[in-house]
Amino acid sequence: MKQLLSVILLTFSGLVMASGGGVHLDHAPGDLTDNESLKRGAQAFADNCLSCHAADYMRYNRIGRDLGWTDVEVSEKLINTRGADGEKTKVGELMKIAMDNEYAGTAFGTKIPGLTVIARARGGDWLYTYLRTFYLDDSRPTGMNNLVFADVGMPHVLWEKQGLQKAVFKTEKGADGNDKHVFEKMEMIQAGTMSVEEYDAYVGDLVNFMVYMGEPVQLERRSMGVYVLIFLFVFAIVAYFMKKEYWKDVH
Amino acid sequence: MFKSLMTWVDDRFPATKMWNEHLAEYYAPKNFNFWYFFGSLALLVLVIQIVSGIFLTMHYKPDGAMAFASVEYIMRDVPYGWLIRYIHSTGATAFFVVVYLHMFRGLMYGSFKKPRELVWLFGMFIYLALMAEAFMGYLLPWGQMSFWGAQVIISLFGALPIIGEPLTLWIRGDYVISDATLNRFFALHVIALPIVLLGLVVAHIIALHEVGSNNPEGVEIKKNKDENGIPLDGIPFHPYYSVKDIVGVIVFLMFFSLVLFFAPEGGGYLLEHANFIPSDPLKTPEHIAPVWYFTPFYAILRAVPDKLLGVIAMGLSIVVLFLLPWIDQCKVKSIRYRGMSFKVLLVAFVISFVALGWLGMQPATPVLTMLAQIFSAIYFGFFIALYFTSKNENTKPVPERITK
Repeated sequence: MKQLLSVILLTFSGLVMASGGGVHLDHAPGDLTDNESLKRGAQAFADNCLSCHAADYMRYNRIGRDLGWTDVEVSEKLINTRGADGEKTKVGELMKIAMDNEYAGTAFGTKIPGLTVIARARGGDWLYTYLRTFYLDDSRPTGMNNLVFADVGMPHVLWEKQGLQKAVFKTEKGADGNDKHVFEKMEMIQAGTMSVEEYDAYVGDLVNFMVYMGEPVQLERRSMGVYVLIFLFVFAIVAYFMKKEYWKDVH
Repeated sequence: MFKSLMTWVDDRFPATKMWNEHLAEYYAPKNFNFWYFFGSLALLVLVIQIVSGIFLTMHYKPDGAMAFASVEYIMRDVPYGWLIRYIHSTGATAFFVVVYLHMFRGLMYGSFKKPRELVWLFGMFIYLALMAEAFMGYLLPWGQMSFWGAQVIISLFGALPIIGEPLTLWIRGDYVISDATLNRFFALHVIALPIVLLGLVVAHIIALHEVGSNNPEGVEIKKNKDENGIPLDGIPFHPYYSVKDIVGVIVFLMFFSLVLFFAPEGGGYLLEHANFIPSDPLKTPEHIAPVWYFTPFYAILRAVPDKLLGVIAMGLSIVVLFLLPWIDQCKVKSIRYRGMSFKVLLVAFVISFVALGWLGMQPATPVLTMLAQIFSAIYFGFFIALYFTSKNENTKPVPERITK
């Protein structure tokens, strides 16, 4: 019986692998307990992303509270916007942007997605790969294309840091017998201000922050879970012996 | 003091009488095993869902423009809002896990057979209401999967001849899923269906306590009573099963907490990744799949090439469960004393149900669709074969009393 079941499961998992596919994703090096990495990521996010992308379910001071910045530091480091009254955006506000959707539609041909929970939709590995695999493509309006998000509307915002790279494709016979374009490697055409390792680390921090922002309560959730389980375990022992005591007289 | 207060109440309301009838003097068979935890656990999860749901309702906004953001508001700005939300989302899955195991128990030990046909029918109506409740609840986070999942399922009604299109319009209150749909689903999810569910649960328990519980031996304990009219093989539910169920509750809560605190997304099967993108009527997600507890029926739907016939097959796959007390005509209740044919059929049925559940999550490729057709045939074949084999099953003699 068990053997039959495992055979069925194995057959199925093989079928899924065959029907899957897509681009290989690099593993994002994130660590939510690395506060310095999160701080660097928050800074990178505010400097590069927050002008076009909103993170409008998140409040600035939540970042400060969780990562250990004072309100003054949060305001200095992360806030670059002003309200309609000309006053600098306050730390208790949501991380909104000045650009409206209509303008974004004209400029980039699409609505610009909010990024608060994007890490939960796409996953850290996807974001980490996406931000590192922009390549030159003359057929695109921005001059760039992306390996994991084909024909993306977003320009390569970090190109000065990463440099410009060319994607090399090779032709392979697919399973169906037809020729397929398969990605082989990236070739750096023009070096950026960062080395490859520096840029990977920079994006790693940024993605780490985005994973944190997707669910700021992650660490608290896990540590609370440990206490709850310990409590339940002790309770289970007590309950088990209570049941045993009561059931002594049942034959 | 307490005694005189109870007398005062009992003169006006049958409090003690009800306590005795349903707990302290409700005699349950003494041989309940592991499978008998899931009824009380289902009741526990119902309470968990109602209480966590009430708190969510205090902060959630059933408004197409605000719904998605209000869920993130609950996750971030409401103190312990994340905990309440995860309790509710994990609870939905726990509800179906517990109910499926509870139903399987009934199937295995023949708990739906005479005189418990109504217990089974009330239970099936609970299951149906639960599916409607879960389906409408899943729209509320207003993410891509909420939107497109509802779009796909509601459009199924459109396959019905003549009334189809007007019916989908009537359900949605609009030509597409919209604010109108969200509002009415919210009303149905938080008021209408919970009331129906509670009423059905009461009916389920009253019917059960009228006829008494079945047990793994399938022996009627009411046939053998002592001089006081107490079943010889029965023990009062309280305190024996109340203390036993507490152990079950805690073990259940440990599993519940493992998901809740360490994997609330359930690898994208409980909270789907695409549902973290706000609903967008202009962008269809690459792969739309219902949540796991609906996928066996979804796989049956897709296995049939014709849309209308597919909808009918899916409907039948649930209707046929209602008819089980009349399909299975074997006089012996428990699997322990039933023939080989039943055991083989039940194993095939479980395999087909699990396989269909898995297939319903996958994109429909030709190979997988063929597999879905095979397993759908096995699913329905179970009921047909059971109807014809159960009458003349090669059963073993059933003991008079519970001995093990």
